[in-house]
Amino acid sequence: MPASEAKKGNEQMTTTQEPQQRSVPKPVFTDAEAGAREFPDSNARRFNYFTPKKRKQSHYEDVTVEVQPDPRHYLAQGWLYGFADGKGGYPLDWTALKAWGSDRPEPRRGPGSGGQGYEWPAHGWHEFRDPNEEWELTLYRYNSNVVRQLNQNIDAARQAKAFEQWNPNWVQFVAQHLGAWMHVDHGLGLYLFANANRRAPTNMHNNAISVNSMHRIRAAQDLALYNFTLSEEIEGFDGAAHLQTWKSDPAWQGVRETAEQLTGIWDWCEAVFAANVVFEPLVGELFRSHLVQQAAPANGDFVTPTLVGAEEFDFAERDLRYTKPMFELLVNDKEFGTHNTELMQSWLQNWVPRCIAAARTLQPLWSQPDAKPRRFEDGLDRAKSRFSVILSDLGLQTPKELNQ
Amino acid sequence: MSRQSVAKAHQKIQELSWEPAYHEPVSHYGTDYTFQKAKKRDPLKQVLRSYFPMQEEKDHRVYGASDGAIRGNMFRQVQERWLEWQKLFLSIIPLPEISAARAMPLLFRTVPNPELHNGQAIQMIDEVRHSTIQQNLKRLYMNNYIDPAGFNSSLRNFQNDYCGTIGRQFAEGFITGDAITAASIYLTIVAETAFTNTLFVAMPAEAAANGDYLLPTVFHSVQSDESRHISNGYATLLMALSDEGNHQLLERDLRYAWWNNHRVVDAAIGTFIEYGTKDRRKERESYAEMWRRWIYDDYYRSYLVPLEKYGLTIPHDLIEESWNQIWNKGYVHEVAQFFATGWLANYWRIDPMTDEDFEWFEYKYPGWYDKYGKWWENYSRLSVPNGHNPIALEDVDYVYPHRCWTCMVPCLVREDMVTEKVDGQWRTYCHEACRWTDAEAFRPTYQGRQTPNMGQLIGSREWETLYHGWNWADIVSDMGFVRDDGKTLVAQPHLDLNPKKMWTLDHLRRCPPLQSPNVLLNEMTDAERAAFQADYNRQGPAGRPAPATGS
Ligand SMILES: [Fe+2]
Ligand SMILES: [Fe+2]
Repeated sequence: MPASEAKKGNEQMTTTQEPQQRSVPKPVFTDAEAGAREFPDSNARRFNYFTPKKRKQSHYEDVTVEVQPDPRHYLAQGWLYGFADGKGGYPLDWTALKAWGSDRPEPRRGPGSGGQGYEWPAHGWHEFRDPNEEWELTLYRYNSNVVRQLNQNIDAARQAKAFEQWNPNWVQFVAQHLGAWMHVDHGLGLYLFANANRRAPTNMHNNAISVNSMHRIRAAQDLALYNFTLSEEIEGFDGAAHLQTWKSDPAWQGVRETAEQLTGIWDWCEAVFAANVVFEPLVGELFRSHLVQQAAPANGDFVTPTLVGAEEFDFAERDLRYTKPMFELLVNDKEFGTHNTELMQSWLQNWVPRCIAAARTLQPLWSQPDAKPRRFEDGLDRAKSRFSVILSDLGLQTPKELNQ
Repeated sequence: MSRQSVAKAHQKIQELSWEPAYHEPVSHYGTDYTFQKAKKRDPLKQVLRSYFPMQEEKDHRVYGASDGAIRGNMFRQVQERWLEWQKLFLSIIPLPEISAARAMPLLFRTVPNPELHNGQAIQMIDEVRHSTIQQNLKRLYMNNYIDPAGFNSSLRNFQNDYCGTIGRQFAEGFITGDAITAASIYLTIVAETAFTNTLFVAMPAEAAANGDYLLPTVFHSVQSDESRHISNGYATLLMALSDEGNHQLLERDLRYAWWNNHRVVDAAIGTFIEYGTKDRRKERESYAEMWRRWIYDDYYRSYLVPLEKYGLTIPHDLIEESWNQIWNKGYVHEVAQFFATGWLANYWRIDPMTDEDFEWFEYKYPGWYDKYGKWWENYSRLSVPNGHNPIALEDVDYVYPHRCWTCMVPCLVREDMVTEKVDGQWRTYCHEACRWTDAEAFRPTYQGRQTPNMGQLIGSREWETLYHGWNWADIVSDMGFVRDDGKTLVAQPHLDLNPKKMWTLDHLRRCPPLQSPNVLLNEMTDAERAAFQADYNRQGPAGRPAPATGS
């Protein structure tokens, strides 16, 4: 598209612009298809520069592995552009965790050095594979399905006048408190996850993190647009209440402070760990599974659970699913397993009390709906035991701070 | 969603951002630019509720076309001359794409405007899309095209080959250094706004003319996201312009970004379009004609020049000079000739030019034959091994060039080559603008102003240094550009797949060792170096030795 037309940008410009067509020469038969001849490499039809995780390389691996280069194996001439401190690319010390081989220096280049690095994968970071196997095709399919499903549910509810069944207090609860959660999703999606997609040493990590980021940003927008629909559908629904709640309701200030603190983490591994291993199970799931999902049906609301359930699924079945093997590899690392475990334990010591405190400040919310959910302490216990299972799956100890 | 409801929805999602009350988000990246907090509307007006289905719909078209191409056996009509160059192009381009994704967070803290961050996050995931959809296209070529060699080793090749290294600037330039220089000016204002048209529109047209209609499907789909990215850049640029103190930096960065993009993109895409095609119809546009239309008229005249009224200093001289390089100094022809000279260090096959090609070049670029014709005749003559060495090591009136330390394309327009001792090392540059980039722009002070966030040029930027004194067979083995019989080269200077006509390591073994021009330059005395430069500046065109003095 001509640059001059794209300056302002609008929705119309997001549709495919076909360039001017030109006449093309008549097709000629070239017989350039696979198998037309035998010669050296004529049957060598797989990417040969990495070792697949399983016996056969997956489609996901083919489109992901080694796109982001590494001076420790093939990047013969090294990184070409550096920051002001002279560091280029994706420095391994952007996290304090280490994978085997991390401490080996980059191969030195000079006259006659040749270009060989260490044998692939050169260090343990490259062993990570996203079990969700996310790439272009999967991520659009998944998220399109989610938004389509949600749109249908909300439309159906609108037509069935389902919102009229809600208890009055529940209307207020959704406006204020469900609304407040959109800010958590938005803040973490952008300033923790999208931010971290520049930080990790492999394409496998960074792509998984960027998909995680889109889940959170999408969930934030799902909540915002749901809020918008409700203000059109429900008399007296205050579409702006969530702003005030997030900003000054004391029940939310613990969550808000913790969310802000999460976005302030320098170390990308600590950021992903604190968000997905600690905060989400102890605060996110507590709020979604043990409050909203429990209380909604009893208050006449069968729509909100589908929305919140989509975000539950994002986390439990996709984001936690890549996070676990990512850290499991580091816990079990043959060279730095102990170092990594100690560090993660110290992160737990810091983040568990913060998240527990944030969870506890939310407690007043449990008494707001007319039809009450199960007790706060029951919900918190369940969240804690789920959290303990995640830790033990990872081979980490439950910190004593969990009992606060 | 209707347009009106998208606009309303977009209005609503503006409520999502909030000012931190307790802790600031981490600040990983620095800039010497200054921004006033200002309300600036997100120009994209994009919400994910409509974005995801829109992209999925585009995917359906792309993957439908892929299936159709395989079912219809498209590869029976694809020109090998064209597809061989895709081994280079598709090894390079997934990294710039993914680097654009990685670049987006550089702007979060440096541009204090939360309304823009939504658009940047969408660009991030667009770029994940582009990178993986292009890897997927390459995989499809590997599986269905007659010669998978070079596709199958693609990303290793890209990372250790000098052409890949040149191309890498188009990725690393997005993600390091001053955050605004990198992620805004270099990436969005110049690379995306100016040069994606040649990459993603002009090149696909050429692919179609060579029997490949898959590449156009994929790249038009990619390009359809580009206008949104251009809008991101424009919004940031207007914010930067509103602060007088940024004008000097904007001028510096536009000069660097423009010139580097010209050097790198025009070298690669120019070569693919002019030398990778079999389409020699006289009415088809040459790269120079496309450049004039897409880049000069559309980008420069219609996009950049109007920004002058906001106080932007535009590098008119460098834009005219780029045109001068392309039109008068044969930049693209010199580059293509160099790629073909160095075929043995690469991982694709380069087809010789025929009389039909000569005729087209002469028609489009009058005087072409006198400069380049003889050399290409020699290329054909020496293409099948027959007791001689590869053309780079035979006497064909071609002086192997020095590399430009900055853009890493060799100094091919010989009269423009300059040298300077920088950071204790004698370096050659293809042009004064590249010397300026290294010696003046990428420094912690610029024209007396402190620029502590500016990046650095790093790395072993001359490829030949690594192999100084090596035998060619060992070089090619070290890089891994050898087929599965353990001796036939991936690269060939012709398209004949008859194993008897293909070059092997044995042919290279008997060649003289490689000498690094830069190592040799640094061994010279001052007098020798002065004489070397005087001679070099008198060489060319087409790499010819300097005429004997006094004759
Ligand atoms: Fe892109
Ligand atoms: Fe240069």
